[in-house]
Amino acid sequence: MSAVLEAPRAAAQGSVPIIELRGVSKRFSNPLDFAGRLVKRLGVKVREDVVHAVDGVDLSVRKGEVVGLVGESGCGKSTLGRMVAGIMPPSDGQVVWRGQDLTKLSGADAKRAKLRTQMIFQDPYASLNPRLKVAEIVGEAPQYHGLVPRGGLEAYVDDQLRRAGLDPSLKRRYPHQFSGGQRQRIGIARALAVQPDFLVCDEAVAALDVSIQAQILNLFMKLRRELDLTYLFISHDLGVVEHLSDRVVIMYLGRVVEEAPSEEVFARPNHPYTRALLAEVPRIEARKRVFAGVQGEIPSPLNPPSGCHFHPRCPFAFDRCRAERPALKQVAPGHRSACHLNDAA
Amino acid sequence: MSAVPASAAPGAPTLEVRNLRTHFLTRAGVVKAVDDVSFTVRSGKVLGLVGESGSGKSVTGFSILGLVDPPGRIVGGQILFKGQDLATLSEEAMRKLRGNRIAMIFQDPMMTLNPVLRIDTQMIETVLAHARVSREEARQRARDALGQVGIASPDERLRSYPHQFSGGMRQRVAIAIALLHKPDVIVADEPTTALDVTIQGQILAEAQKLCAQTGTALVWITHDLSVVAGLADDIAVMYAGKVVENGPVEQVLDAPLHPYTLGLIGSVPSRNRRGEPLRQIPGMTPSMLNLPAGCAFRARCPRAEARCAEPPPFAEYRPGRFARCIHPHEEAVAA
Ligand SMILES: Nc1ncnc2c1ncn2[C@@H]1O[C@H](COP(=O)(O)OP(=O)(O)OP(=O)(O)O)[C@@H](O)[C@H]1O
Ligand SMILES: Nc1ncnc2c1ncn2[C@@H]1O[C@H](COP(=O)(O)OP(=O)(O)OP(=O)(O)O)[C@@H](O)[C@H]1O
Ligand code: SF4
Ligand code: SF4
Ligand SMILES: [Mg+2]
Ligand SMILES: [Mg+2]
Repeated sequence: MSAVLEAPRAAAQGSVPIIELRGVSKRFSNPLDFAGRLVKRLGVKVREDVVHAVDGVDLSVRKGEVVGLVGESGCGKSTLGRMVAGIMPPSDGQVVWRGQDLTKLSGADAKRAKLRTQMIFQDPYASLNPRLKVAEIVGEAPQYHGLVPRGGLEAYVDDQLRRAGLDPSLKRRYPHQFSGGQRQRIGIARALAVQPDFLVCDEAVAALDVSIQAQILNLFMKLRRELDLTYLFISHDLGVVEHLSDRVVIMYLGRVVEEAPSEEVFARPNHPYTRALLAEVPRIEARKRVFAGVQGEIPSPLNPPSGCHFHPRCPFAFDRCRAERPALKQVAPGHRSACHLNDAA
Repeated sequence: MSAVPASAAPGAPTLEVRNLRTHFLTRAGVVKAVDDVSFTVRSGKVLGLVGESGSGKSVTGFSILGLVDPPGRIVGGQILFKGQDLATLSEEAMRKLRGNRIAMIFQDPMMTLNPVLRIDTQMIETVLAHARVSREEARQRARDALGQVGIASPDERLRSYPHQFSGGMRQRVAIAIALLHKPDVIVADEPTTALDVTIQGQILAEAQKLCAQTGTALVWITHDLSVVAGLADDIAVMYAGKVVENGPVEQVLDAPLHPYTLGLIGSVPSRNRRGEPLRQIPGMTPSMLNLPAGCAFRARCPRAEARCAEPPPFAEYRPGRFARCIHPHEEAVAA
C-alpha cells in the first residue's frame, strides 16, 4: 500500500459523512409528443413516459475519501452526481450535507453548501463560457462570493491557475485558444477558486488522450493531498476508478448493485453484473485473449425489467429474481451487494 | 468478380501500406495528416493502429478506402491490396472494391446506416450492388449476417429502422453490413469507443470470430492500448502523422523501442501502483500545422538530444521491429 493513501484513508475512518443520500430517487417524465397529446385530449388514457434515472439509492461519502462511481451509459451516474452536488433536487429521499438536509437548509447555508461542492464535467469546452477570458472564468465566482481580498483578484487568479498547472501569463486568452487538456485545467481552476472541499468529477478525463489523462489524474491526486479534498469520481473507465478510488460504487439501471473498498471489489466482486463487467474490461496485460461479451442488451430505463434489473442478462437468474428487488446487503465488512444469491448461501 | 486481376502477386500480404502520405492543402497551410505510414496485414490477422487524437488514424483508414475528399489528397506512397496499388486505381474501379472486397466500419454507425430506410432495404441493396443474386437470396444473406453478429430474431429486426436500435445494436448492424460480402480487408475506425464495456466485449468477440473464420485482414483503429493488447496480432503506433513504431503486439508492449510508445504504456493506470502518481508524458500533442523539424516527439522526449533535430529514419532495429527514433530503448524496459 502506498504511503500517499494511508493518511487520508485513516482520516476517513469513523468521521461524519460529508454527504449522505437516503433513499434518493430521481424520475424524469418525458412530455408527450403531439400525437400523444392529441389522443389524450380525445379522452384516451395515455401514460407519460417516466424514466427512473435513480431509484432508491443510499450512499455516503466520508471526508477525505475518493469514491468511484461506475456503470454503463444511462444508468444514472450523472443524475446521481448532480443530486450530490446539490444542483438537482431529488424526486424522493433526502440529500444530507454534513448532517443537514440539503433541501431544508436556509438560503445562506444552502449557498455555502453549494459552493463547497463543485462539479467538473467531461466536456471542458461546453462548460466554459467561450466569450469570457480565462481570468474572468476563474475569477468571477470567488469575487462575487467575497472570497477574494480587495485588490487581490489578480494574484488570486494567478494562484488558482498555477495550482491547476497553467501558466498565468495565458489568462487573457479565450477557451478556444487552449487544448483539451488545458481546458480541463481551466475547469479545475474555476472549481477550486471557490474553495470547495468536495469535488464531483463527472467523466472528467473521458475526452482526453491517455498521456494527457495521466497528467490530469495526477493533478487530482496532488490536489487531494494539498487541499484535503473529497471526491465522487464518476467514470465508465474501471482502470481509472481502480487507480484512484478508496471505495467503488457500481450502478445498474438506476440502482446501486454493489459497493466495497476498491481492492475488495476488484479482487472479490460479488454481484454477477460486477463480475461480468470486470471480465470484459480490456487489460493491457492481456495478450490475444478471447472476448465473450455479456449476453443481451442494456434494457431501456423506460421499461426496466421486474425484480432484479439484471435478471434478463444474468446467467444465475432464478424465479425470485424476476419477482423481487434484491436489497443491498452486507456480504463482508464494508462490502455490500444486491443479489438474491447471497441469501441462498 | 473481384476487380483485382488474377495477376495479384501470390503469397503477397492482403494489405500492405507503404510510405503513405495524405496531405490537406488548406488555406492556413499544408496539414500533413498522414506523412509516411507503413504497415502490413496478412489474411486472418488483426493490426491495431493506435495513436492520440489527431495523429492521422482516420485519414489513414479513409485513404485505404479511397474516401479522402479535397482538399485532402494522397500525395505519396502505395496501398497494395494483394499486390495491386489502390492509390493508382480509378474511382470506378475503387467503387467496385469498396463495400465488396474492402469495407469500413465507422465510429458512428450512422455513417453507414441511412436513417430513413428500413434495415432490410439497406442490406439487400448492398448485397445487390456487388452480387448478381435474386432478391430472396439477398434477403437470406442479410438475415445470416445479422445472425452472425449476434442479433436475435433477425427476421423481425430486418423490418426495423435504425432509430429503433440501441447504439450497440446499430453498430452491430453496421458491422453486419460490412460483412455481407466477406471482404478481404476491413478497416474498423474506433467502432467500440462509444459503447459500454459489456457491449464492446460482444463486438470484439465478433471481430475475432470473423478473422478466424473468413480470413479477413482487419485494421482496428483505436486510442485504447488495452483493446489492442487483447485483440491484435501486430501494432502500429502513430504520432503526428507518422508511424513511429511497428511490430508484433507482445513484443511492442513488453519491450517498446520508441520513447513515445513507452510513455503511452506507462501512463495506463493499471501499469502504475494504485494511488501513486501515474507516469505521464509531459507537454502537449503538437499542432499539425507547424510541426517542428526533425523528430516531432522531441519537445516531450526524455531521451532527446541534438541529433533529434534531424528527421529520424524508420528503421528495423530487430527483425520485424521498426521504430522512428535515433535513440531507441535497447532492451525490455519496465513500462
Ligand atoms: N433531464 C432529463 N430529462 C429526461 N431524462 C433524463 C434527463 N437526464 C437524464 N435522463 C435519463 O435518465 C437516465 C440516466 O441518465 P444519466 O445521464 O444520469 O446517465 P449516466 O449514467 O450519466 O450515463 P452516461 O454514462 O451516458 O453519461 C437516462 O435514461 C437518461 O436518458
Ligand atoms: N478535411 C480536413 N481538412 C484539414 N485537415 C484535416 C481534415 N481532416 C483531417 N484533418 C487533419 O488531419 C489530422 C489527422 O486527423 P485524423 O482524423 O486522421 O486523426 P485521428 O488520429 O483519427 O484522431 P481521432 O482519434 O481524434 O479520431 C488532424 O490534425 C486533422 O485536423
Ligand atoms: S438477484 Fe438474481 S438476477 Fe439479480 S444478479 Fe442476483 S442472481 Fe442475478
Ligand atoms: S528521435 Fe530523439 S526525440 Fe525522437 S523519440 Fe527518439 S530520442 Fe526522442
Ligand atoms: Mg453521464
Ligand atoms: Mg479518428
